[in-house]
Amino acid sequence: MSVYVVRRTLQALLVLFVMSVLVFAGVYAVGNPVDILINPMADQIEREQAIAALGLDKPLWEQYTTFIEGAVTGDLGRSFVHAAPALGLILERMPATLELASAAMLIAVLLGIPLGLWAGLKPHSFAGRSIMAGSILGFSLPTFWVGLMLIMVFSVMLGWLPSNGRGPTVELLGVPVSFLSLEGWRHLAMPATNLALFKLALLIRLTRAGTREALLQDYVKFARAKGLSNARVILVHVLRNILIPIVTVIGLEFGSVIAFAIVTESVFAWPGMGKLLIDSINLLDRPVIVAYLMVIVTIFIVINLLVDLLYSVLDPRVRLAEAKG
Amino acid sequence: MSGAEAPVARAVESPAKRVFADFVANPTAVFGLALLALIVLLAVLAPLVSPQNPYDLAQLDVMDARLPPGSATADGGTFWLGTDDQGRDMLSAIFYGLRISLMVGATSTAFALVIGLTMGLCAAYFGGRVETLIMRVVDIQLSFPAILIALILIAVLGQGTGKVIAALVTIQWAYYARTVRGAALVEKRKEYVEAARCLALPPVRIVFRHLLPNCLPPLIVVATVQVAAAIALEATLSFLGLGLPITEPSLGLLIANGYQYLLSGKYWISFFPGLALLATIVSINLCADQLRDVLNPRLQR
Repeated sequence: MSVYVVRRTLQALLVLFVMSVLVFAGVYAVGNPVDILINPMADQIEREQAIAALGLDKPLWEQYTTFIEGAVTGDLGRSFVHAAPALGLILERMPATLELASAAMLIAVLLGIPLGLWAGLKPHSFAGRSIMAGSILGFSLPTFWVGLMLIMVFSVMLGWLPSNGRGPTVELLGVPVSFLSLEGWRHLAMPATNLALFKLALLIRLTRAGTREALLQDYVKFARAKGLSNARVILVHVLRNILIPIVTVIGLEFGSVIAFAIVTESVFAWPGMGKLLIDSINLLDRPVIVAYLMVIVTIFIVINLLVDLLYSVLDPRVRLAEAKG
Repeated sequence: MSGAEAPVARAVESPAKRVFADFVANPTAVFGLALLALIVLLAVLAPLVSPQNPYDLAQLDVMDARLPPGSATADGGTFWLGTDDQGRDMLSAIFYGLRISLMVGATSTAFALVIGLTMGLCAAYFGGRVETLIMRVVDIQLSFPAILIALILIAVLGQGTGKVIAALVTIQWAYYARTVRGAALVEKRKEYVEAARCLALPPVRIVFRHLLPNCLPPLIVVATVQVAAAIALEATLSFLGLGLPITEPSLGLLIANGYQYLLSGKYWISFFPGLALLATIVSINLCADQLRDVLNPRLQR
């Protein structure tokens, strides 16, 4: 077990290293940073001073070493636009993104599992077919367009919900959050629903497939033969057995929800780190782009690592296969 | 599987014919295919069927800007879907936008298919280090969501049609490589490949003439799904202002243009291009769903 943990952690660190090289090489080496970082009106002497100050005259590997040394100590450079540490800017906006992503995941889980279960238990009923048709639509709907349509219906036509921003926030342990006030919920409702749609469709399909398979298993037949009530068979025997893959997918998909929040945040002007990334790409604010990519890549690698380790705890077969290989 | 008593006619039936016959058995899939055919036809024939050329500035009149659907044109026609902020007929803009969206989707899928196919076949056929290297790259890439990889690449490469296509190809090749490798590993162990090897055929010929055709069914399904995914991703990137340039407005850019007018109730500038995008993606996904069933050997009679 400990061998597996160590090996898997080393592998995660290697991926992190490779990604840092790729991100650095991509953002700093492709194209000429001098053209972008330095005022085009500057004369030759000013240019050279600026190049030396930014360390752009040094060989690339040395620039990378400086970058990594900074990264390890939490210094990912300063934003050109905001004149503030890039990492600070990202972390400042992270709670908003995490709140949005968590709310979206919650909606997807609370609706997706019951609907999927229903569709799995009665696949040929009208309700079952409708749920499946809805999930195909959920996969096909372009997220940003659904966001616009939500704004059109609920903000413009009905005037029920605000179309952008986070609303007034309440401090919780020093972190500003929206979900503690009614006004905050009104701001959160549409973006969270929008972000949840795709994952909702995924969870419905996953739960339905799992339920249909589980219903054919011997332990379900046995439970029924024992004369257990239908509710107990479904809630205890079926649900518990399909939950392992579902929990794994929820864990893995959380990272992708954070990534997809980029789109939703842009539509609803939600002040999270995804919107910061889009603004930074448009303004060519390279340190912020690099910082965002490093932060999100790290989040991903940590999530993947945790899910893998958790899986090996839940399912002994994974450990055994790894120990042999 | 047909037994020894199967009639001769059944034996000479081509796989394409059988697939087609099975495909049209499902009315939903036929609807998807018909819708897709109509969309492709409209996109290809855009210059002929559009009421105006939306990019010929001489045909635009700022006085026509932001007219609601059904408004009359100056010369007695109708703006069926309204006009945008420059007086452009939305219906024509959508036909031309479909052209660009489909072109980007199809081009990136074609390139990704060729690269992914070659990589996947190489991995399966050669095995060893080649396989480990290719599949490790595939695994790592697939553990990140497509939108994130696209944004990294756009941030690195810059913007433009060619770069968007390059980003889509980079994202997609991994799906094909994984699918092809999986199929090829199964096929590789079958007798016909062994027979071909015994005939001392060159590896290139075995891979492309014998392995490849038998790996095609799952690949066709993945490719269909990926065309839809590529179109959706390109639209998203264009909506974020990181995709195609304004000179080539795809559906995503049309939707983005309407964003600012949405809040004042002028819904049609965003609504109709989105509907066209949705119809395209749904029709492709419906076809893919049915193809998955038709091409799945486990479900064959």
